[in-house]
Amino acid sequence: MKKRTGLTIVYLLLITGSIAMIFPFVWMVSTSLKTAIDVYSLSIIPENPTFANYIAIFQGSPFLKWFINSLIIAVITTLSVAFFDTLVGYIIAKFHFIGKTIIFITILSTLMVPTEMLIIPWYLMSSELGWTDSYWGLLFPGLMTGFGVFLMRQFMESIPNDILDAARVDGMGEFKIFLKVAIPQVWPAISALCIFSFLSNWNAFLWPLIVSHSEEVFTLPVGLSFLASGEFNTKWELIMAGSTITALPLILVFFLLQRYIIKGIVLTGMK
Amino acid sequence: MNQPSQLSDKAIKNAIPEKKKRPKLTMKQSKYLFVYICLLLPIIFYLGIRIIPTLYTFNIGFREWNILSPEKPFVGLENYATLFNDEVFRKSLVNTAIFIVIGVIGQVVIGLFIALLLQRINRFVGFFRVIYFIPYVTSIVAVSWVFRWLFMNNGFMNEMLVTIGIPPQLFLNSPNQAIFVIIGTMIWQALGFQMVIFLAGLENIPSTFYEAADVDGASPFQKLKMITIPLLNPTIVFSVVIGSINFIQVSFTQVVNMSVDSAGGPLHSTLTIVVYIYQLAFRQYSMGLASAATVVLFLFILALTIFQMKVLTKKFDY
Repeated sequence: MKKRTGLTIVYLLLITGSIAMIFPFVWMVSTSLKTAIDVYSLSIIPENPTFANYIAIFQGSPFLKWFINSLIIAVITTLSVAFFDTLVGYIIAKFHFIGKTIIFITILSTLMVPTEMLIIPWYLMSSELGWTDSYWGLLFPGLMTGFGVFLMRQFMESIPNDILDAARVDGMGEFKIFLKVAIPQVWPAISALCIFSFLSNWNAFLWPLIVSHSEEVFTLPVGLSFLASGEFNTKWELIMAGSTITALPLILVFFLLQRYIIKGIVLTGMK
Repeated sequence: MNQPSQLSDKAIKNAIPEKKKRPKLTMKQSKYLFVYICLLLPIIFYLGIRIIPTLYTFNIGFREWNILSPEKPFVGLENYATLFNDEVFRKSLVNTAIFIVIGVIGQVVIGLFIALLLQRINRFVGFFRVIYFIPYVTSIVAVSWVFRWLFMNNGFMNEMLVTIGIPPQLFLNSPNQAIFVIIGTMIWQALGFQMVIFLAGLENIPSTFYEAADVDGASPFQKLKMITIPLLNPTIVFSVVIGSINFIQVSFTQVVNMSVDSAGGPLHSTLTIVVYIYQLAFRQYSMGLASAATVVLFLFILALTIFQMKVLTKKFDY
């Protein structure tokens, strides 16, 4: 009997917490479907539901362009991180060569330096080289990460040397061994790295804010922030429609891939 | 079929004198070739984009570096002196510390609590895990504006307070409350991550420990104190370190989007060091001061990480 009431309390607490987790999203979507007149009403279901706010956003601002910009940048950086971090992690884990320790320590030391410390030299460099206001300017800082190299080295070390040597004896080239033998062994770690990379680049705000001046190269976070604090100021139905467009795709992707995403986070957390 | 054709391929290759050189590359040589070719781009990247800019920041920090003036005279430690005499900068340091202390403790304690609750049930675990995790995968800017809307003067939260008979609060307009609204939003968004990490940590604790404790008649609280927390210590250290760095860096996005003036207001009450660095560099264009501030930030993070590693790993050492 006592155990049962205990369990009921546990479920009640969890359900209360779940409501706290979900409600802001419900309120966001609800507000985005309201008219400017109803926006301060407290009902969750809009009295006069309308898609006008979404139409207004897509017609009145380059929101679609920003969405595409964000997607391009997140995809390119994620592919680059997945390829280079895995490759460097593999080389450091599985090869002996002159300069290896120095290279690894150099890469690890970049983990200690917060990105904020680099934005000023990056900005000066970008202005000098004409990288501001371009895709390259937005994405160059994220092309490789020390974290990824460290993570992939940990996983690559667990691959037995025997299978790599066996492939060599069979006459496989080194690059082919990397692609066909090493990568399949650490696939879960690579997908975890991809998830982290995509999330952090999709969310990146500080550097895109600094390096992009013209609206055409804004990313979604910069664009949303720009509209919400400027043109849309206090027009909450429009701001919430913009927030919904920004938030929803990622939530949908998460629902599709949640098993892998949660597993991936656990995997990297344990190493 | 395959075997003979491969053989004959090799025979042909051997017959051509030009191609003869290639197979003569020993395994060791081809390894070296592979290693250095593959490391070429990464070395350029880490040197050019990471290491040299880091060193360059130190250099800028020692100079009076206004982006508009062509001369950048060396001024030694003057920028650092200016910063520490600057009330706003000191305020930003204090605020950053508040962000970290309350934010990290909040998310670790609540995250662990949710993980412990989830561990006790056997139905709907996956469902709850997904629900609690959703905020973590949502755009930070979008979340900031949703919470700003919820905590508006005439927003949902105040309407609710009025309904239950509490006077409306200023929230983000109040110099005393704004920082806690922002920290709360950040905790809300980070809970799912903490929960997942703790759940994994809890799974690694052998159930025999709890069974033994049950035999000894230990209370749930004793079990938590004597078994769960000590054995979870590596996970807690990981969470605290990751959480602190996150709070320092991510807080920029939240503060810029949630503070009433987008710049750490009201009255600098939500101004963090990263937001101040941004303002020094890209609003006032004094790159020298801003760079010196980033160096302070760097030392701050370094000291914090070392401190956490030392204190937290020692405390429960068995």
